[in-house]
Amino acid sequence: MSEAGLMMGGHVPGITEESPFAIPSKKLVMWLFIMSDAVTFGALLFAYGYVKNASPDWPEPFRFFPSIVNVMLMTFILVSSSLTMLVATRAAKAGNKASGIRWTFITVAGGILFALLHIREWLGLIREGVRLFQNPWGSPMFGATFFAITGLHLTHVIGGVIVLTVVALGYKRGRYNSGDIEIWSLYWHFVDLVWMFVVPMVYLLNISR
Amino acid sequence: MSTTDKMSSTLKTDIIVYGCILALSGLQVVLAYQHAQGTQLMLRMLVVAMIQAGLGVMYFMHLRDEKRNLLLALIPATIFVLLMMNMIWSDSFRLLHMRPK
Repeated sequence: MSEAGLMMGGHVPGITEESPFAIPSKKLVMWLFIMSDAVTFGALLFAYGYVKNASPDWPEPFRFFPSIVNVMLMTFILVSSSLTMLVATRAAKAGNKASGIRWTFITVAGGILFALLHIREWLGLIREGVRLFQNPWGSPMFGATFFAITGLHLTHVIGGVIVLTVVALGYKRGRYNSGDIEIWSLYWHFVDLVWMFVVPMVYLLNISR
Repeated sequence: MSTTDKMSSTLKTDIIVYGCILALSGLQVVLAYQHAQGTQLMLRMLVVAMIQAGLGVMYFMHLRDEKRNLLLALIPATIFVLLMMNMIWSDSFRLLHMRPK
């Protein structure tokens, strides 16, 4: 192969090798990001467990109504939005552009609803007197850890809503393709899966009895 | 089997997995209101959450459809790092039981 061919990224045996994973680079980068983000959330949840374990007066403020019912509703919405994202990906891959865009926007609507419910939950706790370093019930670290973990997750949801909107609009205009929808669906499913750990660790282990 | 048949059957699988994940979320709430507390309850919750995560990664994120190389490159290293974080627990108990009076 000529030098020009090499410059253009041509494959030369012995110099470059085929992808060992047989997936596009963008998808591999998303997987690597997801794994590093999983470790970030893991570290936060471990730190939360550490502080809770070391505090004899850790608050247990979450009553069945409204907190746990609200969390169950949020879980239903987020998991359902993962299903709608799967439908969107499937439609986009099948070449059904209109359906892919429509289901992506339904997913976005689910994400917005989840974020609104989450903010309502936060405001309820703030009204009860929870701040970053004080609360009416016990260990002052409760607020800091609670808002850090749920806040990071909420940031991911809001980020996902923005990105999915941009990608869906770009897909409509032909700037992005079905592969991009699929890659960002991985991110959305990951945000859903993180919630599966946040709910038991942060809410269900601190229910008011 | 036509492409459409294949897709609808896969969508059926997705819906079954969706139902399983929701049912497991419900199970977590039931566990939370049972008598078990502390470490026992946390371990039960974690087992359920890990099953949910496994279902999500394999079926929703389709890792089971990718080459095994990808799974082997991603999952063991992540689990190893998360397992190594468990070394903090002894120090948290030290804080609880050996704090200055």
